[in-house]
Amino acid sequence: MGKVVVVTSGKGGVGKTTSTAALGAAVAKTGKKVALVDFDVGLRNLDLIMGAERRVVFDIVNVIQGTAKLSQALIRDKRVESLFLLPASQTRDKDALTEEGVGEVIDKLRSVFDYVFCDSPAGIERGAQLAMRFADEAVIVTNPEVSSVRDSDRIIGLLDARTMKAEQGESIVKHVLVTRYDAARASRGEMLSIDDVLEILSTPLLGIIPESQDILRASNMGAPVTLSETMNSAARAYIDAARRLEGEDFPVVVPFERKGFLDRLLGRRAA
Amino acid sequence: MTCATPIQKKSIRFRARSFVAFTLTPEAPLSDWLQDLDQWVGNSPGFFAGRPVVLDLNMLKPLADEIAGLIAELGERGIRVYAIEADSDTTLGADLPPRLTGAKEAMGDALLMQQPEQNEKAAAQPKVKEPQSPSSLMIKSPIRSGQSIIHPHGDVIVLGSVASGSEIIAGGSIHVYGTLRGRASAGAQGNAGARIFCRKNEAELLSVDGWYCTAEEMEPSSRGRTIQAFLENDVLRIASFA
Repeated sequence: MGKVVVVTSGKGGVGKTTSTAALGAAVAKTGKKVALVDFDVGLRNLDLIMGAERRVVFDIVNVIQGTAKLSQALIRDKRVESLFLLPASQTRDKDALTEEGVGEVIDKLRSVFDYVFCDSPAGIERGAQLAMRFADEAVIVTNPEVSSVRDSDRIIGLLDARTMKAEQGESIVKHVLVTRYDAARASRGEMLSIDDVLEILSTPLLGIIPESQDILRASNMGAPVTLSETMNSAARAYIDAARRLEGEDFPVVVPFERKGFLDRLLGRRAA
Repeated sequence: MTCATPIQKKSIRFRARSFVAFTLTPEAPLSDWLQDLDQWVGNSPGFFAGRPVVLDLNMLKPLADEIAGLIAELGERGIRVYAIEADSDTTLGADLPPRLTGAKEAMGDALLMQQPEQNEKAAAQPKVKEPQSPSSLMIKSPIRSGQSIIHPHGDVIVLGSVASGSEIIAGGSIHVYGTLRGRASAGAQGNAGARIFCRKNEAELLSVDGWYCTAEEMEPSSRGRTIQAFLENDVLRIASFA
């Protein structure tokens, strides 16, 4: 039985889809069978970031409505054998998803894959609630700024109230993933510190992903940063986060701004 | 189509009006048909709310005492039967909706939406009883991501571009005079002679009569070009216009 992990945030634009792709690819590279499920029906993006948008025929709505088999809709990644994507539909809306249908799809995936990552849509409405409904674990993606942290807190409340695990009296395992962390701005006090974020959310930290131009480039190229630029600091941070998700225990290093002689010479490169 | 000729007391003027009604055609075995209907209603809740439905009993040919039970079954599903279409040897009691004859097939967006892209070959589509008089749908504005244009009978002509993440489903052919970046499914009701024409092919998916080809499978030489897609011996061919 595989583990179902929802990647959620409440707020939009914090990096859920990027994180889903990067974490999923990093876990799949260790040989685990991984499925990425895009729940953002009507605004699908995960297939773009995975570079699979040219191969989409069927999507999750077709599977739920019974017009396609799950095996037909899953797209195998061309770089990693054990990585699959279940795309969302662009021409429908969230109402096309039913709870029973989503439950059946997740159960089937759970029986075949080691990890199922659910990319939640932004917000706290139906789509986001369906994405988290059947999860065993949650990765809450947060930027170090007040509105994002507040929305994450709201989502944590929902995770503890509205998921199947919660309704069965168990608790869902939660991790905070801080993304778009700008060491220079943090050192000037323009961002919330990591300690503040963790104190407000009182949830264990999975990793800190530095703000990086390379992530945007990787997204536009359709390759998760953990596959395309493994030496990049953001990619390394995602790979470490994926190891922690798989149960390894090692400390998170807060990125700091290096101001060495070389940096002054070669221009500023944070972390 | 239903025709109503209300007779008014004040002036002796007959007016004919036509309304579009849905026809449900139950088939034996009835329990299976009702199960399929339930699944359909489950996928599109509220679809029948407030829509006039005509019950076509020519396929099922039920006994007179079975009809009331069937109408009650449909009533439980929120489907109100306005009239019954049946040949003259089916007797309809006075407590049943009136008999209708002389129906014409209607067309337009009110028809049932069908999933055109079945695997490999479209599943058995309901047989159209009379030949359609196809109408073409002309769209002068660009089609945006997320929009879905469904025109079950006839051609779709788009003067602008069709964005990535949108889809056009047509019973006939599809003509796009701008760039086609979305998905196009022609011959969706089982018309192997339908074609897709576009001035610039950046399509995510082209499909004719259920046979499809994704962007990945297309020849790179056909991308960005003026092309037509058509079926040839059950193979979807994408040929550029010279």
